[in-house]
Amino acid sequence: MKQELVDVIKNDPDYLRLIRERSRFAWTLTITMLVIYFGFVLVIAFDPSLLGTPLFEGSVTTIGIPIGIGVIISAFILTGIYVRRANGEFDELTNRIKAKAKGE
Amino acid sequence: MKTVLLTLLAASYAFAGDALGGEVEKQALNMSAIIMFLIFVGATLGITYWAAKRTKTAKDFYTAGGGITGFQNGMAIAGDYMSAASFLGISALVYAKGYDGLIYSIGFLVGWPIILFMIAEQLRNLGKYTFADVASYRLQQTPIRTLAAFGSILTVVLYLIAQMVGAGKLIQLLFGLDYEVAVILVGVLMILYVTFGGMLATTWVQIIKAFLLLSGATFMAVAVMAHYNFNFETLFATAVEMKETAAIMAPGGLVSDPISAISLGIALMFGTAGLPHILMRFFTVSDAKEARKSVFYATGFIGYFYILTFIIGFGAIVMVFQNPQYLDVAKAAIDGGAPILGGDNMAAIHLSHAVGGDFFLGFISAVAFATILAVVSGLTLAGASAISHDLYASVLRAGRADGLMEMKVSKIATVVLGIVAIFLGIIFEDQNIAFMVGLAFAIAASANFPVLFLSMFWSKLTTRGALLGGSLGLATAGVLVILGPTVWVDVLGNAEAIFPYKYPALFSVTAAFVGIWFFSITDKSDNSRREIEAFEAQNIRCQTGIGAEGAVEH
Repeated sequence: MKQELVDVIKNDPDYLRLIRERSRFAWTLTITMLVIYFGFVLVIAFDPSLLGTPLFEGSVTTIGIPIGIGVIISAFILTGIYVRRANGEFDELTNRIKAKAKGE
Repeated sequence: MKTVLLTLLAASYAFAGDALGGEVEKQALNMSAIIMFLIFVGATLGITYWAAKRTKTAKDFYTAGGGITGFQNGMAIAGDYMSAASFLGISALVYAKGYDGLIYSIGFLVGWPIILFMIAEQLRNLGKYTFADVASYRLQQTPIRTLAAFGSILTVVLYLIAQMVGAGKLIQLLFGLDYEVAVILVGVLMILYVTFGGMLATTWVQIIKAFLLLSGATFMAVAVMAHYNFNFETLFATAVEMKETAAIMAPGGLVSDPISAISLGIALMFGTAGLPHILMRFFTVSDAKEARKSVFYATGFIGYFYILTFIIGFGAIVMVFQNPQYLDVAKAAIDGGAPILGGDNMAAIHLSHAVGGDFFLGFISAVAFATILAVVSGLTLAGASAISHDLYASVLRAGRADGLMEMKVSKIATVVLGIVAIFLGIIFEDQNIAFMVGLAFAIAASANFPVLFLSMFWSKLTTRGALLGGSLGLATAGVLVILGPTVWVDVLGNAEAIFPYKYPALFSVTAAFVGIWFFSITDKSDNSRREIEAFEAQNIRCQTGIGAEGAVEH
């Protein structure tokens, strides 16, 4: 990449917005996933009987089952949330930056 | 009849997701399985022939020309992850321990969202054929490529041995073939797929297998649930009744202390993000958008698959456990209890017979074999690329090798790796290999991932930092695994481990990150100044894809 192009893009407000917004969004989602997963694992490590609580009075099913399945589903939903915003807002910003870079 | 011994200790389930543990016994020749498997082999060789005609350049060979769609790639990634051992191993773990199996599979899944948020698009924008392209983008080629290639080859070989030994044992069980014959058969077919069909054939073999495996597993889970009117409470209640304990409904002893729990979590998460055969798949799609779509689909398929294996494991408890048809009478007479034929890893296979008869048993057995073939092909291609693209073309020929020669080298490397895998598979037949996949994940998490991650996100990374820190992570992971319980006690037979934890990732990943940071910030050479200056241009390409490798039209 030519230095002139680098200088143009690095000061482009769209580019600055893209990296700022995307990095904030990606980190938020990453931390959410880490909190969900390590929260789950630490409950298992410190108080495994908690997940063995019956789901309702007299049931064999424990609350651990929907929570475990919930962790799996949350992983999928988080990827969906990211892809949705990235396909819309972030791709639009990227396309604008690219168009400007070509025009220069 | 040889007695089957399967150790049910939690230790043998370390990374059960990818290594089949325990001894197995050769079964009678299974004709319907063999016929269905032959159909699969015929079809995939047809695909290989089709792919071979379209594989002309190095780019075709490594990345299928970059023309795989997000959906197809998601399916292929899921296929790479849903190995035979993960299908049989996790359902066996659920069958034996109940809830613990679910905890285990969750660990394997949660790395995927992180891959999407942090590295998928960036990898596609910066890379060409291997993750070393990205790691060495603005650093010195020779040292960084050598380190990355070394990490890749080590990960691939460890993983391959585990798969080959698992393959040999599984095929013995399912098809009644000799261990050596099974290993050689897998090795030869894999060499054919990869050398002739390259990434295009490897991807399509993986997609077809993923489809068959998901369909088969769905059928089994639905059949089990239909039996209980789709009422989970009834299924679980019957399972608890069968097992005569409610312990299967809550966490057991799989994760005991917090350090081990966190360390295992880190190994699974960052390890997944450092597996070369997985990272390589991001170069097969046309752009960043398709790369991110592939992770979305892959996470969905993998998560769905783990929910299925959970139901299948419980299905096996209610339909196989204590069913005299599947019991190993000889073993029960000696050890008591209710051991099933072929050991716990056969739980899903017996269940397929219980719900679908001989025909469906044959289908699931054939799918399990196909799964092994597809996974070892992907691994071998990743290992061969590290040899040809990183070591030969970039280090040895300093980037001046022509594409055709490079492709030739990678085909030779494929054949050599295939032969090595066959030999190691035979040598390690009766060895305790439970630690190998764990070690592969530890190395991927401690050497490959930190260097790759910081090369994309940290402007002050220098060659010296990456080389010394990455090597430190690699060495720490290796040494701690050797001194830990899985090798020091289980393999070498010492009474007590010097390093008390099974999973070293918490320590080795930290060592790598601290090492990379320290040796980078103290690097005041001219060279390091240039590398830091080059970050800006790299970051623009990384973030926007301007200047990224494009796809080839076929």
